Amino acid sequence: MCRVNFAKSCLFLAAISMSSMLSAEEHTIEQKDKAFVLSDQKIETFTVNVGDSISFKNQDPWFHNIFSLSDISTFDLGSYPKGEFRTVKFETPGEAEIECAIHPQMYLVVEVKE
Amino acid sequence: MNGNRSATWIKTINMSLLCFFAVSIASAAFAEKSDYIQPKLKVPAKNALTPERVALGKALFFDPRLSGSNWISCATCHNPALGWSDGLPKAIGEGQEVLDRSTPTILNVAYNRKQMWDGRDRSLEDQATGPIEAAGEMNQDLGLLIEELSEYQGYISLFESAYPGEGITEDTISKAIASFERTVIATESPFDRWVKGDESAISSSAKRGFHLFEGKANCVACHQNHNFVDDGFHNIGLPNSDDPGRYTFVKVKVLKGAFKTPTLRDIALTAPYMHNGAYNTLEEVVEHYNQGGVDKSNLDPNIKELNLTKKEVNDVVEFMNTLTGTHMEITIPRLPSF
Ligand code: HEC
Ligand code: HEC
Ligand SMILES: [Cu+2]
Repeated sequence: MCRVNFAKSCLFLAAISMSSMLSAEEHTIEQKDKAFVLSDQKIETFTVNVGDSISFKNQDPWFHNIFSLSDISTFDLGSYPKGEFRTVKFETPGEAEIECAIHPQMYLVVEVKE
Repeated sequence: MNGNRSATWIKTINMSLLCFFAVSIASAAFAEKSDYIQPKLKVPAKNALTPERVALGKALFFDPRLSGSNWISCATCHNPALGWSDGLPKAIGEGQEVLDRSTPTILNVAYNRKQMWDGRDRSLEDQATGPIEAAGEMNQDLGLLIEELSEYQGYISLFESAYPGEGITEDTISKAIASFERTVIATESPFDRWVKGDESAISSSAKRGFHLFEGKANCVACHQNHNFVDDGFHNIGLPNSDDPGRYTFVKVKVLKGAFKTPTLRDIALTAPYMHNGAYNTLEEVVEHYNQGGVDKSNLDPNIKELNLTKKEVNDVVEFMNTLTGTHMEITIPRLPSF
């Protein structure tokens, strides 16, 4: 969805980032022992504000492949090894279900608040 | 006295902190041997394991009347004498039809998070009636099966003692079969005896093989813990496979041609190997990984050329041969005949 409307969402993005420049936060969530982990705690839900981004950082000695096919956010971050991360910006309020394609037990719901 | 005690206390904390760090450093590089010890099985609350349920499930598992032709049972394909598989590259079902995939063992399926090569079923209860109804496998209408089973007083009593008051239904059939499958658990192997400290339980070649498995050969990126699985899905680059696998259900590129990591318990008993029966021996399997796969069009990035020597290939095979458990004696049930 994001990619199809790329030009449009770029404009949209620009508008949003102007308005929320001060408040947009960058979060990091790690992938560890085949779980989503925040400050060493396994998490299954996480709340962000519209405009925030999350970096998904792989801390396992094998590849993960984070993706989402949710209404508010569709992405496939591809497979990447330990130490690398990919960042996703959340532009639309709602809930995004985020999974690892390789390890389906890895499951995180990101709630995006207006 | 008091001061003394708190001093010891602090020392203990220090010690355990030290231990903690030592362990976390070690586990960053290698799995702990204790990771290979079989954990206690978790059984769903709605289907607690009882001897009556296992007995009923076993009867159903061995009963060819569960198929449309009254000729094929679960045990025809999942044959305990053949490591709970069938020794075929691809399964053969009703009408001698060759199916698209090989028959996996049902050993340790109770530990699986997902069932089937493509993970399409979640629990054993979900899975159990699938093959009964599948046209290619047992080709049996469930309604008719329930009628058929209800003609046997023997089955009526087996169901009544297993699930009092619930009757013969799709639900009780599935739960009983799942209960039996939960008793098909890997038995102690030479590898397990070695993990528990018996240095003479396996050969030095097998020990080298285990270290290669965890190290240079990096098998442990996917085959992990006591059951040697990661509950994950990978395209390992097999030849002659155009099966989309997991991608049928989850449309993410990495899953094109990806299949579930299978257990390596009793692996020496279940040739041929892979979802398409591509390899006849464990040596061929290790050679496959050694060359970094064959069809590399959508290869899982954990798969790389390994540069194992002939001797190292043999060591890894030798290690896998130590995963065969002691012989599990299976008594064949006498099925209800009236
Ligand atoms: C015709 C041969 C055949 C028969 C009969 C058969 N199966 Fe299977 N079984 C297979 C094949 C082939 C697969 C893998 C299919 C796939 O993944 O697409 C399988 C998969 C399974 C799995 C999943 C194992 C895993 O590791 O994911 C279980 C559990 C199972 N069967 C149980 C049963 C039960 C219970 C019965 C009887 C009700 C049965 N099977 C009858 C061939 C058979
Ligand atoms: C990237 C993950 C991954 C790595 C690394 C890996 N495997 Fe596998 N293994 C799998 C998957 C997935 C399958 C099933 C593939 C299929 O049938 O499509 C499999 C199948 C097998 C089988 C056949 C099992 C059966 O019942 O048919 C054996 C044996 C095996 N692997 C051993 C090894 C060894 C030894 C290594 C290291 C040299 C290794 N694997 C490395 C994921 C992996
Ligand atoms: Cu993963």
